[in-house]
Amino acid sequence: MPVQILMPALSPTMTEGKLAKWVKKEGDKVKAGDVIAEIETDKATMEVEAVDEGVIGKILVAEGTDNVAVNTPIAVLLEDGESVGDIAAAPAAASAPKAAHEDAPFVNPSCLPSATPAQPAAAAPAAEKEWTGPTVTVTVREALRDAMAEEMRADENVFVMGEEVAEYQGAYKVTQGLLQEFGDKRVIDTPITEYGFAGIAVGAAFAGLRPVTEFMTWNFAMQAIDHIINSAAKTLYMAGGQLGCPIVFRGPNGVASRVGAQHSQCFASWYAHCPGLKVIAPWSAADAKGLLKAAIRDPNPVVFLENELMYGQSFDIPADPDFILPIGKAKIERAGTDVTITAFSRMVGVALQAADKLAEQGISAEVINLRTLRPLDTATIVESVKKTNRLISVEEGWPYAGMGSEMAAVMMEQCFDHLDAPVVRVHGADVPMPYAANLEKLALPWEQDIIAAAKKVTYAA
Amino acid sequence: MASTPTSGKAKLETVTSPSNIASPEQMLQYFKDMLLIRRFEEKAGQLYGMGLIGGFCHLYIGQEAVVIGMQSALLVQDTVITAYRDHGHMLACGMSANGVMAELTGRKGGYSRGKGGSMHMFSREKGFYGGHGIVGATGPLGAGLAFAHKYKGDNGICTAYYGDGAANQGQIYEAYNMASLWKLPVIFVIENNKYGMGTSQTRHAAGVLYKRGEGYDIPGEKVDGMDVLTVRAAALKAVEYVRGGNGPYILEFDTYRYRGHSMSDPGKYRSKEEVEHMKENRDPIDLIRKAILDTEKFSEDDFKKIEKDVKAVVNESAEFAQQSPEPDPSELWTDILVEG
Ligand SMILES: Cc1ncc(C[n+]2csc(CCOP(=O)(O)OP(=O)(O)O)c2C)c(N)n1
Ligand SMILES: [Mg+2]
Repeated sequence: MPVQILMPALSPTMTEGKLAKWVKKEGDKVKAGDVIAEIETDKATMEVEAVDEGVIGKILVAEGTDNVAVNTPIAVLLEDGESVGDIAAAPAAASAPKAAHEDAPFVNPSCLPSATPAQPAAAAPAAEKEWTGPTVTVTVREALRDAMAEEMRADENVFVMGEEVAEYQGAYKVTQGLLQEFGDKRVIDTPITEYGFAGIAVGAAFAGLRPVTEFMTWNFAMQAIDHIINSAAKTLYMAGGQLGCPIVFRGPNGVASRVGAQHSQCFASWYAHCPGLKVIAPWSAADAKGLLKAAIRDPNPVVFLENELMYGQSFDIPADPDFILPIGKAKIERAGTDVTITAFSRMVGVALQAADKLAEQGISAEVINLRTLRPLDTATIVESVKKTNRLISVEEGWPYAGMGSEMAAVMMEQCFDHLDAPVVRVHGADVPMPYAANLEKLALPWEQDIIAAAKKVTYAA
Repeated sequence: MASTPTSGKAKLETVTSPSNIASPEQMLQYFKDMLLIRRFEEKAGQLYGMGLIGGFCHLYIGQEAVVIGMQSALLVQDTVITAYRDHGHMLACGMSANGVMAELTGRKGGYSRGKGGSMHMFSREKGFYGGHGIVGATGPLGAGLAFAHKYKGDNGICTAYYGDGAANQGQIYEAYNMASLWKLPVIFVIENNKYGMGTSQTRHAAGVLYKRGEGYDIPGEKVDGMDVLTVRAAALKAVEYVRGGNGPYILEFDTYRYRGHSMSDPGKYRSKEEVEHMKENRDPIDLIRKAILDTEKFSEDDFKKIEKDVKAVVNESAEFAQQSPEPDPSELWTDILVEG
C-alpha cells in the first residue's frame, strides 16, 4: 500500500516549518536513510531522510511552502509494484494522539498540595518504643560507630567507604575499630575523590549492596552532589520502581569552629528540597544510633547530617540491642504550653537551654527535635502549635529558602487559624561564615536569640 | 519475546584468530542484532517526527557493531551501563523492543512505565543499569557495579560505556584510579564517534583517549568499532583479562554516528562527504553482510528473511508503543521512595 510521508517534527518545540527544498523528485527511487527534503524548523535547516524503501509517487506540498504543520502529508511513497493510481488508497497517516493533559483543566492539584491534597498522605511512622529499662552513657561518636557495626554484623551487604575511614579510624574517629572488626573488604579507604567514590557507591547500591558513604564533611559532598541527586535520588522514579538505591551518605554538617566559610555551612535545606531522598539530622546519641540504624536498613538514599561539635557529647541511651528509631518522627524533648520551638541537630541543645531560662521567666516552651527533615513530621509540629499558638524555628543555616521558610509555609497552610503571632525564624546570619572569633559568634544563633524571639511572640518583652 | 536478540551473551571462548572469531551462524546473528538496532532507531526517528516521542532522542545508527560485538563476549551475570544514546544497548542486552519503544513514547507499557523516557530505562533482569543523562557519570557508576561484582564474588564484570566527549570529565579519572587500585572488574568502553555534540575530538580532547589509563596501570586499546568481528576479538581479550582479576581495561572504539547528536541537530559541524564516506565504506551492517557472503554459507535469501523478521518486530513495537495507554495520573506520586 502507498505510504504517506508526513511533515516531521525535528525538534522538541517544532510545530510547523518551511518545506525548503525537495531533494528527490516524483519518480525517484529512495532507500531508507536517503535525504529526500530539507526543512527549516524553528531552530535550523534540517534534512529529512526516508525511512522506507520505495519510489516517490507524488509530492503533495511544493517546495518553498511556509508554515507546514507537523504531521501534514507532504508526499506519497510507492512500494514495489505500485503505481500512482494506487495513491487514493494511501492510509490516512496516524498522527500523534492528543495528550490527556491538553484537555486537563488549568488548575493542577498536584502543584497545589495545600489546597487539594493530591499527594497521597504517607502513612504516619510508628511511634518510638517506650523504654523503661536500663540505659548506658555513650558519646554521639560511639553511638554512630555502634550503629554501623551492628548493622554490618547483621547484613554482610553493608560496607563503609570514605576518606580515612579505615586505617586512620576516621578523620573524626567515627569509624573507630571498624577496620579491625570487619576487614578491608568492608571498610574502605578512598582517595580524595568525592565525585568518583560517591558514583562508585551509588553504582554498588544499584547492584544491591548497602554502602554507608562517609564524607569527611558535607562541605566536600558538593563535589558529589550530582550523584546524590541525579544518580541516587532519581533512579527509582526514572526506573518506574524497578531499580532503587539503598545508600547512606553521612558525615559532619553545619558550623564547626573557626574553620571559615568553606568549611562551615549547613546543607539541611539543600537536601531536604529534593524528592527521592530522606534527610536526617540527629541531635543526641540516641538519635544518632537509632536513626543511623534505620537509615542503613532503609531501601532509599538517606542523607545523614551529623555535627562535629556534637561528636564528643554524652547521652544516655537504652541498653537494648534492638534499639532503633523511626525515620519521619519528631520528638518532643520538652513539653510546654506557651510557645513551640522547633530545632534540629546541635540547635536542639541550645533550644533546650533557652527553654530552661524561659521557664525561670514564666514562659513555658515546648521544644521539638525534628530529627528527620524529609519527610518532615508536620503532624507533631501542627499538634503542638494548636496548643501553644506560636512557633519559633531555629536553625544554624542561612534563612533564605531555609528550613525555617518551610516551617513558616507549613504554618500558613495548616495552622493559620491557630496562630496568635507571626512565625519567627532564628537562624545563622545571611553571610559566608567569617573566620574571626568575634564575627563567627555574631553569625550564629544563640540561646539569647531564642529567648528574645520567645518573648516577642508571647508579647512578654 | 520475539524481539529479543538471541546471540546476546554467549559462552566465553578463547581467541584464536580473527578469521575464526565467529561461526557463520554467529555472524548471521550479529547481522540480525545490528539490523534490529538500525531499524528500531529509524522507526524511533520516524515516531519522533510524528510527535509521538518528545524531548531528547539520541540515535545509535552507525555505532551498532560496538555494542553487539561487546555483548557477544559477555556472560549472563555481567552488567552494562551507558549514557543517553542507549536504545541499542538495551536491545543488545535482550530487553524487548516493545518495552523500549513504549518508553520512548512515554507509555505505561514502557520499561519505566513512561517515567524515564529515551535516556532512562533499566532492566535488572537483563543486567542493564541505565540509561543516564549526565555525561561522565557512567564511569564511576560502572566501577560501582564492578565493585559489587567483586564484593559478591559472582565472577561478573561490568561494561561501562561513555563517549569521547565524556572522556574529558574529571570523574572518569577518579573512577580509573579507584578501579585500578581496587582491581575492579570493569571494562571502560569509549565509544569514540569523533564528536561530543558539535565539537570534534580534535577540538575537545588532548592526547589519546585509550592511553589515558596508562598512568593508572590500565591497559588500553584502540579498536575498529565498525567491524563487529574486530570488536568481538577485542572484547574477548579484554573480558578475559578483566574476569581474570587483573583489574580494569580500556577499549576505545573508533566508530561513527550517522545521525545528528539528537533529533534537532542540523549537523553543520561536519561535511556531508565525511558522513557519506562512512556510510559507503565502513557501514557495520554492510561489512558483516559481505563477510557472511564470503563464507558461502548463507545467501541473499537469508538476509531477506531476516530483514522481514526484523521489520515485523520493529513495526509491532511501534504499534505497541502507540496503543499502550499513558501512565495513570496517580503514577506521578509513585516510585519516589521505596515504601516500608
Ligand atoms: C554533565 C553534563 N554536561 C553536559 C551535558 C549535555 N550533553 C549531553 S550529550 C553531550 C555530548 C557528549 O558527547 P559524547 O560523550 O562524545 O557522547 P555522544 O553523544 O557522542 O555519544 C553533552 C555536552 C550533559 N548531559 N551532562
Ligand atoms: Mg561522541
